[in-house]
Amino acid sequence: MDYVPHTDKDKQEMLREIGVPSTEALFKAVPKELIGVSPKIPKALSEIELLDLLRKLSNRNYNLSQYSSFLGAGAYEHFIPSVVEHLASRGEFVTCYTPYQAEASQGTLQAIYEFQTLICELTAMDAANASLYDGASALAEAALLAIRHTERNKVVVSRAIHPEYREVLKTYLRPLGAVILEAEAPQGITDPKGLKALVDGDTAAVLIQNPNFFGCLEEVDALGDVSHEKGAFLIACVNPISLGVLKPPGEYGAEIAVGEAQPLGNHLSYGGPHVGFFAVKKELVRKMPGRLVGATTDLEGRRGFVLTLQAREQHIRRHRATSNICTNQNLCALRACIYLCALGREGIKELAELNLQKSHYAAEKVFSIQGFQPLFQKPFFNEFAVRLPKGIEAEFLNGQVLQKGIIGGLPLRGFYPELEGAMLFCVTETKTRADIDSLVNVLKEVTEGHLAEAKLSGWV
Amino acid sequence: MPEKLIFEISSPGRRGVRFPECDVPKRPLEDMIPKRLQRTTPPRLPEVSELDIVRHFTRLSHLNYSVDTNFYPLGSCTMKYNPKVHEDIAGLEGFKKLHPYQPHEQVQGVLRLLYDFSELLKEVCGMPEFSLQPAAGAQGELLGMMITRVYYEKKGEPRRKIIIPDSAHGTNPASAALCGFEVVEIKSNKEGMVDLEVLKKAMSPEVAALMITNPNTLGIFEKEIRAICDILHAAGGLVYCDGANLNALLGRVKPGDMGIDLLHLNLHKTFTTPHGGGGPGAGPLGVSEPLRPFLPIPRVEMQKGTFIFNYNFPDSVGRLKPFYGNIGIIIRAYAYILSLGREGLGRVSEAAVLNANYLKKKLSQHYDIPYPEGCMHEFVLSGRRQKRLGVTTMDIAKRLLDYGFYAPTIYFPLIVEEALMIEPTETESRETLDDFAQALVSIAEEAEKQPELVKGAPHNTPVRRLDEVKAARQLDLRWSFTGDGL
Amino acid sequence: MDFPVDLSYAKTHEWVRQKGDEAIVGITSYAQEQLRDIVFVELPKLGRKVKAKQPCAVIESVKAAYDTYAPVSGEIIRINTELEGSPQLINEDPYGKGWLFIIKMNDPGELKELLSSQAYAVLCKEEHH
Repeated sequence: MDYVPHTDKDKQEMLREIGVPSTEALFKAVPKELIGVSPKIPKALSEIELLDLLRKLSNRNYNLSQYSSFLGAGAYEHFIPSVVEHLASRGEFVTCYTPYQAEASQGTLQAIYEFQTLICELTAMDAANASLYDGASALAEAALLAIRHTERNKVVVSRAIHPEYREVLKTYLRPLGAVILEAEAPQGITDPKGLKALVDGDTAAVLIQNPNFFGCLEEVDALGDVSHEKGAFLIACVNPISLGVLKPPGEYGAEIAVGEAQPLGNHLSYGGPHVGFFAVKKELVRKMPGRLVGATTDLEGRRGFVLTLQAREQHIRRHRATSNICTNQNLCALRACIYLCALGREGIKELAELNLQKSHYAAEKVFSIQGFQPLFQKPFFNEFAVRLPKGIEAEFLNGQVLQKGIIGGLPLRGFYPELEGAMLFCVTETKTRADIDSLVNVLKEVTEGHLAEAKLSGWV
Repeated sequence: MPEKLIFEISSPGRRGVRFPECDVPKRPLEDMIPKRLQRTTPPRLPEVSELDIVRHFTRLSHLNYSVDTNFYPLGSCTMKYNPKVHEDIAGLEGFKKLHPYQPHEQVQGVLRLLYDFSELLKEVCGMPEFSLQPAAGAQGELLGMMITRVYYEKKGEPRRKIIIPDSAHGTNPASAALCGFEVVEIKSNKEGMVDLEVLKKAMSPEVAALMITNPNTLGIFEKEIRAICDILHAAGGLVYCDGANLNALLGRVKPGDMGIDLLHLNLHKTFTTPHGGGGPGAGPLGVSEPLRPFLPIPRVEMQKGTFIFNYNFPDSVGRLKPFYGNIGIIIRAYAYILSLGREGLGRVSEAAVLNANYLKKKLSQHYDIPYPEGCMHEFVLSGRRQKRLGVTTMDIAKRLLDYGFYAPTIYFPLIVEEALMIEPTETESRETLDDFAQALVSIAEEAEKQPELVKGAPHNTPVRRLDEVKAARQLDLRWSFTGDGL
Repeated sequence: MDFPVDLSYAKTHEWVRQKGDEAIVGITSYAQEQLRDIVFVELPKLGRKVKAKQPCAVIESVKAAYDTYAPVSGEIIRINTELEGSPQLINEDPYGKGWLFIIKMNDPGELKELLSSQAYAVLCKEEHH
């Protein structure tokens, strides 16, 4: 199926109008030696065949409708109300492009304006852009902004920030020769004293995540103070749902707040597309990367919306633009916008509290199993890190719980080699008490069985 | 009537969604979060019913022009039809409900898809390897520039300059600059192509790469592409190709055969994943043999029949994206290539080029055509004849909206005065093209006989012409709840 | 178009009014007309040392950003903070309230390299055609 509507008759008449004998003549500008044999790819499929093939392929994956998952670590399974799916699937939203012609794009523009407002409200910041690729690139763009604005060339990054975000940051900053220092988080949160030793007059920004990668809540005020003492920015990467109950970045003095808006009505989709948000204090508005929508009026004085501050952007300023970004992740931002409207002022708090209650219940239950200990003694949101009993491997546990229809937590040693035998569990509102209890029961059974066996064979 | 903001229809106590009762023993909030870390003022999210939400966003959607509702000839953006079946496929639970940290044994289906898609791109483009990580064309460009930089670092000859033709997309110089390169712009020749003599003069041992778009933004095939690549290669430089215009070549020319070293694709253009009002897209990057070691980690590989992620590439530029990439987008593009099949690819480029030449011919008497030779998949008109009558290209674009068409890309490329860049794509029928041409011809007549009508356009859109100066001077980027913006 | 005779002009469309060793700098009425509605001005920081012919400010309209060059070398000792809230002053009064910044000149002799009102008018005429 190629979706080309031309009949042979159309083609002939069009060629006659153009005045060439064949379509091959239209390619005369292409040197003959470049026109090659057609690519060796499979034969065309009809819609029936295509659907069948891809459905089979998708069935080879273990999906979270069939399994009860406790994975988080930067990608979160949340309930998505049906309105989000239905409204965001409308062709008028899905098949338009960047709203260059504002008068014919008011739907997209107004939705972005609403999205910008919602992000400002959640983060308590002054202005937000129309979104960026993902949380990690938003964090990297924030660091770039800080470096440009302060004319300093060093950033200090908490080691409790998502390890893959730190890797992306390195990739982005490497070409500029910027220095990246890492602040330790020995007790599960960034140590303000340790941080202080790293921040000086050359530091453009301090980067933190809250809740951090381990799910722990940072001492945000202390970290802000350490940064601001030396004139460095505080850049906070936050989980938007946690802001239903947690102090927002604007209230602890963050100059830039960024984060991943996937939890707001976007599917996990094996890691993408997700969507980054980016919010700043007033003074930095003109330095923001990405698209921005502003309200204005039309010829007749009616309110309308346009892309604004475009002179910052690549299509005008070219090599001197604030960023090379051309688009946002508009459809994902739209989903976040609809989702937040559905939640409302009370819903976001209720949801955040549900996550808190369930994760705390799960933590208490897990830690009641003999040998399972909290890795850190800090307040947490919807994730917690567990130290496993000696002799039990995270991968082994996950293999066992999978047989009971459960996808366990994330083994931490892949990201932190020193955290051998530790796992990160995430519990959102999607898990019922029964789901949590069965996880705990299986963990308990498996561990007891394994330890008893080990004892018998004299390993322990 | 303009649609009110969702905040303006908010009413305290109204709910759009409810959650189940908490089914675990409840603890006081303070036991879990110390007061000092808690939020004290709730965010002012709107309080609306589900029906409020449905009406609001449905009405907003009606204010948009889109491919589903209107012809959308936005040059260089390839606004072709986005097949509905792709949405169903990407929406299968076995794709959308996968967590990126599920162990590879649990996600063999999607890993296989990524592997196969990459193989297909290699075959279609003639490049030895692809990374599927970039989230958009601009991120693909950025990655290409990062790789270019690291390649020369590794060789021990850091090079600082990137040559870019004056007709290039703005993202090209911006991506180069973001990687710390100095941008050298070169003037195009009279035919709208890279001028070999000018290029030769710009060459030096400092030049890391040339960034080129082929066909270029004027819709012209750079027929000297081989010679251009030779000039760069002879001086030890690389050639980066912006693949935004691959739709013109699909199934006929493998970009790799042109001698280029790096190529990004825009899956939302050539491979018809929906533009979504500005994303999400995806911008895979293909590279030549010597650049393979520098591609980002991780990469999908097949080992003994099992698909895995390989992180072990010590010379890699690193990681570009958390997890792996815009999988949901890649799935749609994969479905598209499979439905086109080997027969369909060539039909796409054939019809895309046919449509552009047909439209160009139909408009050639009524508008100035700065580059009259045949075009590939898109072409550029100049509104300078109309401008002399006091009607600008902006006015023409706005008037097209009244006729029910989205406007072409305007004022780009920068080297054409009053430019209108038109890309019809292959999925539009001859009838649609005829209607569109008729509209532009009528507007040209209006510009002569009733210029005020065109200058005052649009007349039939949900709002009339919007005041962009006011928007930029009196910034209002968010609803303030009290009536005064930021 | 109006180019006051008591000012000196740079080819890049800035004007200079000399007061002792201080140079008041703005953009010409021709330049502001070309730019159309100015929406934002990014001025140099106070105390910045500038060199003649180097970019030191950016003037933005809705769809464009233009560099403004220092016509003479020296130090920026004052900037027009009014422009922050009212960039349209440049459109309304380019030689008066729309001034940009004041440079304390290293060498007032550099002024001799600039154009007279007459010579600048010729330049604009050429550029326009």
